[in-house]
Amino acid sequence: MTVRFALARAAGRTAAELSRVTGRGGGTTIGGRVTLLVDPQALARAAAGRELALVSGTNGKTTTRTLLVAALSTKQPVVSNSGGANLPTGLTAALATDRTSRLGVLEVDEPFLPQVATAVHPRAVVLLNLSRDQLDRYAEVRRLAGIWHDALAAEPGIAVVANADDPLVAWAASASPDVTWVSAGQRWTYDSTSCPACGDVLTRDSAGGWRSEGCGLSRPKPSWEVRGDTVFDPTGVSHEVRLALPGQVNVGNAALAAAAAALWDVPAAQAFAAMAAIPSVEGRYLETTYDGRLVRLLLAKNPAGWSEALQMARPDTGVVIAVNARAADGRDPSWLWDVPFEVLRGRHAVATGERSRDVAVRLRYAGVDHVRVDDLAAAIGAARSETTGGDSAVEVLANYTAFQGYRKVVGDA
Amino acid sequence: MPERRDPVRIALVFPSLLGTYGDGGNASVLAQRLRWRGIDAEVIDVAVDESVPEQVDMYVFGGGEDTAQTLAVSRLSNGVLRRAVDADKTVFAVCAGFQILGETFLVGRGDVVPGLGLLDCRTDRLPGSRAVGELLGDSSELGLLTGYENHGGRTVLGPAAQPLARVRSGVGNGDVGDGEAAGDGAVQGSIVATYLHGPALARNPRLADHLLSRVVGDLEPLDDREEDELRTERLAFVRRSQRTRRWRRQWRPPARDT
Repeated sequence: MTVRFALARAAGRTAAELSRVTGRGGGTTIGGRVTLLVDPQALARAAAGRELALVSGTNGKTTTRTLLVAALSTKQPVVSNSGGANLPTGLTAALATDRTSRLGVLEVDEPFLPQVATAVHPRAVVLLNLSRDQLDRYAEVRRLAGIWHDALAAEPGIAVVANADDPLVAWAASASPDVTWVSAGQRWTYDSTSCPACGDVLTRDSAGGWRSEGCGLSRPKPSWEVRGDTVFDPTGVSHEVRLALPGQVNVGNAALAAAAAALWDVPAAQAFAAMAAIPSVEGRYLETTYDGRLVRLLLAKNPAGWSEALQMARPDTGVVIAVNARAADGRDPSWLWDVPFEVLRGRHAVATGERSRDVAVRLRYAGVDHVRVDDLAAAIGAARSETTGGDSAVEVLANYTAFQGYRKVVGDA
Repeated sequence: MPERRDPVRIALVFPSLLGTYGDGGNASVLAQRLRWRGIDAEVIDVAVDESVPEQVDMYVFGGGEDTAQTLAVSRLSNGVLRRAVDADKTVFAVCAGFQILGETFLVGRGDVVPGLGLLDCRTDRLPGSRAVGELLGDSSELGLLTGYENHGGRTVLGPAAQPLARVRSGVGNGDVGDGEAAGDGAVQGSIVATYLHGPALARNPRLADHLLSRVVGDLEPLDDREEDELRTERLAFVRRSQRTRRWRRQWRPPARDT
């Protein structure tokens, strides 16, 4: 360890401690920022001598990272970052505070993947999916796939685990000579209708296959495959995956995590067994009691995520839709109109959050009976189901900063 | 106007290509506002491998990315839209959809692509960064138009097109000149185009009804309280941020007010 890096780590720790003690924040970001300020190479130095896996994609980063940490922890201690700290500052802080774990799993914000990969030389990169998200920041999804593609071409030594069903991900990953393809599913197809390589039309078949009319780019043959709750591993053995986490999408995430864990020789059965018991992930899917009612928190940040969350919402529950439009959410909630809220017809919904008026107008045109409530806590009180009324369980669907607000309301922050 | 028997048919053109910013909502808004008035309406999603139907009353275009724009133009160059415009069919287009109706636009690193030539306008690049943020325009006919813009294009109108609104806050077409406020969008014959997302017709029900009345004649008013609440909140937001900007400007040499 260099003197500069040792100093940088100490300064970062102090800054983080000050931030926590003064109640300004969790301290992770400021700590990492200070460390990087003192030693700009701190991320690379903190990563040296470790075997790291990076997880990136529009949706499921935090969940898949958590699943992969569970699988790898069956072998050795694993260092990891938290979902809210997936920029270089947060990664630096996470690695600088744990010096002993040789294995690490880091989730990385999509546009930062090239920069982080260059700095930490990961053994593996897990690529989940790409779809529209925060368009005011990233403008075009296709461009993200492009920078991934270029980064993987420049680092041929990285083992890539990629979702073969997502054309944008598959094209980006195809730049690498070493890819484990996983058929992890893709329900949201609206951001991959034209070929990422040549721009021509992509055609799809009912079995999840896709092909470019122009250049012939097509779905790579997967070695791992998800069918319902069953995952087939490369040896053809099938695994019934029974996760405590809800949703078909998480079976796909578990398959990607198992494929990555296999690079470290964790048997698939052992990996899935370790993932099965995880009840919630940093508040996501958390079930708790608030004001005498069973409340479950579902995080959804973009149309693809909202479509998944609406699928997870159980019948006979009250539904709260909480939406903010701060910088971390994307400033423009026009995406509400890409979300099929029509599936809530016949149910009652409560619109809340700083952009509750946008939600209310959206629900009006979707034909969903609703009220608008400013206060997050009061919104839970206003939720009711058509059959069990105001005593029903409540599904809270919230985007990023609204979700953080709800974690405080239900007391899990 | 005689009572209609057939549903009003609204073609949402290539939502998979031109639907990146929720603009498909414009078609839903048009259809619902007819249904609430007892007029049957139907939205036809036109897939990119299908031909654009001729037997419809309105065409709706949304925003999209560069490659999608080029693909959309190549799929629309068969004359269907030209015939529709000649037949005075209503066309509503947003952002990338607006740009492709013009004479030319830019993609990639600055390649000039011929558009459909239905609007007298040309789009190049805004100097500086993308226009991202709330856009507020003023239309003499429709009042304040509110929405969100997110584009890098500067659109200059020719003599046959008029702007839909004058920009009060934001960038819009970005065609500043002669000391006049920039315009947003374009109106030419049966075509109405804008840079407003939100979607535009959810944030501006008067604009929605203006387009619909071209097809079905005069319309009775609806209870738009929720839209009004949303508009009031967004207008207050724009006023707040204008005040902040003015306050910040006091620390610099005064810039020309646009």
